[in-house]
Amino acid sequence: MSQTRHIVIIGNGISGITCARHLRKLDSDVKITVISGESKYFFSRTALMYVYMGHMKFEHTQPYENWFWEKNRIDLKEGWVKQIDFNSKVLLFTNGDSISFDQLVIATGSKPNKFGWPGQDLANVQGLYSKQDLELMEKTTESGVSHAVIVGGGLIGIEMAEMLSYKKISVTFLVREAGFWNNVLPKEESELVGRHIKEHHFDLRLNAELDEIIGDQNGKVKGVKTKDGELIDCQFVGLTAGVSPNIDFLKNSDLDLKRGVLVDQYFRTNLPDVFAIGDCAEFREVPGKDRKNIEQVWYTGRMHGETLAHNLIKKPVQYNPGVWFNSAKFLDIEYQTYGTVPADWEKDNAINFYWEHSSGKVAFRMLMDQEKKILGVNNFGFRLKHEFFDKAISQGWTGEKVIAHLSKANFDPEFYAPYISEIQKVYKDQFGGEFTPSKKSFIQKLLGARL
Amino acid sequence: MKLIQKLGLVLFLGGLLAFTIIPFLGNYQLSEEIVLSQSKEIHQESMNEILSPLYGKTYQTNFTFISEVNGKIDDYNQERKDNQQWDQVIWDDYTFPLTKASVQSPVKSQPLLFLFLSIGLVVLGGLLYNIPKHQGEPEGIKNNGIFHSKMKNRGWLGMITGTYLILFYIILYWFPAYMVNAVWMVNPLSLLLSGNPASQWFLYGFIYTLAILVMGIRMFRKYRGNKYQQLRTASVMFFQTAFAFLIPEILVLLNQPYYDFKNIWPLDYDFFYDYQISTFLSSGGVGMFMLIWGILLIIIAVPLFTYFYGKRWYCSWVCGCGGLAETVGDPYRQLSDKSLKAWNIERYLIHGVLVLAVVMTLITIANYFSSFSFLGNVTNQLHSFYGFAIGSAFAGVVGTGFYPFMGNRVWCRFGCPLAAYLGMVQRFKSRFRITTNGGQCISCGNCSTYCEMGIDVRWYAQRGQNIVRSSCVGCGVCSAVCPRGVLKLENGPEEGRINENPILIGNDSIKVNA
Repeated sequence: MSQTRHIVIIGNGISGITCARHLRKLDSDVKITVISGESKYFFSRTALMYVYMGHMKFEHTQPYENWFWEKNRIDLKEGWVKQIDFNSKVLLFTNGDSISFDQLVIATGSKPNKFGWPGQDLANVQGLYSKQDLELMEKTTESGVSHAVIVGGGLIGIEMAEMLSYKKISVTFLVREAGFWNNVLPKEESELVGRHIKEHHFDLRLNAELDEIIGDQNGKVKGVKTKDGELIDCQFVGLTAGVSPNIDFLKNSDLDLKRGVLVDQYFRTNLPDVFAIGDCAEFREVPGKDRKNIEQVWYTGRMHGETLAHNLIKKPVQYNPGVWFNSAKFLDIEYQTYGTVPADWEKDNAINFYWEHSSGKVAFRMLMDQEKKILGVNNFGFRLKHEFFDKAISQGWTGEKVIAHLSKANFDPEFYAPYISEIQKVYKDQFGGEFTPSKKSFIQKLLGARL
Repeated sequence: MKLIQKLGLVLFLGGLLAFTIIPFLGNYQLSEEIVLSQSKEIHQESMNEILSPLYGKTYQTNFTFISEVNGKIDDYNQERKDNQQWDQVIWDDYTFPLTKASVQSPVKSQPLLFLFLSIGLVVLGGLLYNIPKHQGEPEGIKNNGIFHSKMKNRGWLGMITGTYLILFYIILYWFPAYMVNAVWMVNPLSLLLSGNPASQWFLYGFIYTLAILVMGIRMFRKYRGNKYQQLRTASVMFFQTAFAFLIPEILVLLNQPYYDFKNIWPLDYDFFYDYQISTFLSSGGVGMFMLIWGILLIIIAVPLFTYFYGKRWYCSWVCGCGGLAETVGDPYRQLSDKSLKAWNIERYLIHGVLVLAVVMTLITIANYFSSFSFLGNVTNQLHSFYGFAIGSAFAGVVGTGFYPFMGNRVWCRFGCPLAAYLGMVQRFKSRFRITTNGGQCISCGNCSTYCEMGIDVRWYAQRGQNIVRSSCVGCGVCSAVCPRGVLKLENGPEEGRINENPILIGNDSIKVNA
């Protein structure tokens, strides 16, 4: 390809920006343009909640200083793409501008799900995904909102609840399932989070489904009706029942779409020189065991970005994700997971170890296969090391080996309670094993560290 | 806000108002007796002559009194200077002792009452405000509303607070005669502790210690559930109260030199000044111990402890400046500048101050051993320049007064020569680092925002790179505010300290190193 080929990336979220940065790392000549209508400069979407709560200003969510882009010759183009002419390789913008490309990367992310509920487009009803969503939420909740209903029990839902409580707005949480985020979390973990939600005085309604959102004469929400027929007065409704690929502007084009932009293991779409990464991409075949066709987390966005950048400059490789990991924070409780811990498993296929601290806010789960090899862990309320579990899981360590070396995985700050040795003791009681639980250090004894 | 907190706020503001008004109370009368008792023997005669026109007069304000006294002495000095009678010029500054002795005020006659009404109410109000904070809330750090605050985000409250602090420092360092009433308030306490009447420095030390204690309690509330923060805060509270405030006063009571056992050269820039050395050498075994202890701190403790634990052992666990920054300054930590430009300025400035302090000290020592024949006057000029520009203006006025404008570590980051020394050891020969947790970073920016030293922590965290920076004081707040458990302060083997992990663990397609 020519030295001055022009790679255009639509979307400056984590996938698009990671791709752009790695393109520049690998090739100093290629012309790179990143397009965004949302925000000129890349920001961390996951931090929007902190802006709302006054922990940070919006500019703090921008991981790179503004001069960074010019210095690295990554052109930033503000605007919304209206249409793509794939034949002549031209992008058309809503304001009439156009840009031509040699290769195109679609990284347009997601939009909040709306399932066709009556009243879902009323004023003061919204999801939380974009910078504009944040600004809208700041405006609508500035005054006149005393109670809010959040529909959907997931990560964004609990963030929204925390945000609203900062403004002293009480929250009713409608969760369709029998437990909080229980399509991902096993029962005990789901209950742990549920208890913590209630500890924060949120009105958590499990097995509760939205039927209708009711508006007043001005087209503003005044309440919701649940499937049980209950009416709940509210002045704000948060729709947080997941997200789906943001690809409406691509409909009725030559591009193969399903829920997202269909891609192969090289992020190639059905059209030459057009690629898709991040939340908006849908793999034709799952990229790995226990993986989904659409990967919608921060880390997979980064992996897509760096892999595609490599493929555009060097000899293409298949996308091959390794050991799964993720993390979140439920109000005050941190959560990390490494490997595979599904919400439910067949008793015959997996051996389960679960420990929970008496506070009910700290927990550890490890699943093992029939040969007692580690499949994955969940940890709540304390921190564990990614590197350790990446190694242990990819090398197929036995559960006993993992537990025996668990103090090497500790990532809690110094002087924290010795949860690790407690986990080791409990594991040894249940499964036996040839190891000695780690002892309290001199400092821990000195300071009377205890559980 | 709870009712009791509102009451606390009212008491706090009332006490602050009283503290601000107190310097203006009372009137001033000079007498021969006062002049003779406050002047050195060689000046007694001339001072008596200069000031005798003022005797018996009553001055209603400190402004008129001080300007009258200074005017008379200045006129006298000017005349001597004009006549080249340099030896007769009165170089000593008698304004503070004369004013202190001449004041007639209710504060002087009832010091403890006024102490209670001012500093006492401030402390009480501060406690009532801070102790109930976050009660009934689950454990966890909340930085709610910080950037919506008029106080913590350079709003008008922050501007007023900064201005007040700057004025306080200017008066304390250069115009202490205007606060003699406030000094009288703490006189009984000073007599009790050291047997000496209070100076403005005793007043300052007293306020400083109380500020660290009250705001330390705020830290306990704010960082509840975080053992590292609790212990670190308890440590600075202890070192300030015992080492910086009580022990030096008690030493004086026992006729020993005033000495802060945890203050280390070159932060303690006058440690090698000739009068200090003479004090140590003339105080027998105790003095000699202090001299050796001080030198051991410089050449053994700093490198050794910094090798094992990083500079945090001093900066955020022991140091008094650090203690104030970590307690009183904590609400302003997010105001530090994280730009690359600020980092560049920081490196020039802090190492420049270190060079200046070292050069000044070397000249001082050379002078001492050459019986003051080597650059005698230059030493004095250097001392007064350093004392004014660095010791007072930078460390005090800017260092603390600028909390609400530039964050709580302006001095520690841009100016402290000891921090520069500790930082060099930390950067090049230490087991300390902040490790990052593989690929878990979501680039949210909480770590960088709340880094008081202006380190762009996220830059490293999102690359999976350990943070090895000379400026890091190891306060641990980046780790505390991280929502994904990515950062950990650690002491470990030097090997692999500056790591070469892939940027992102968990992508088996390719491995990209940072």
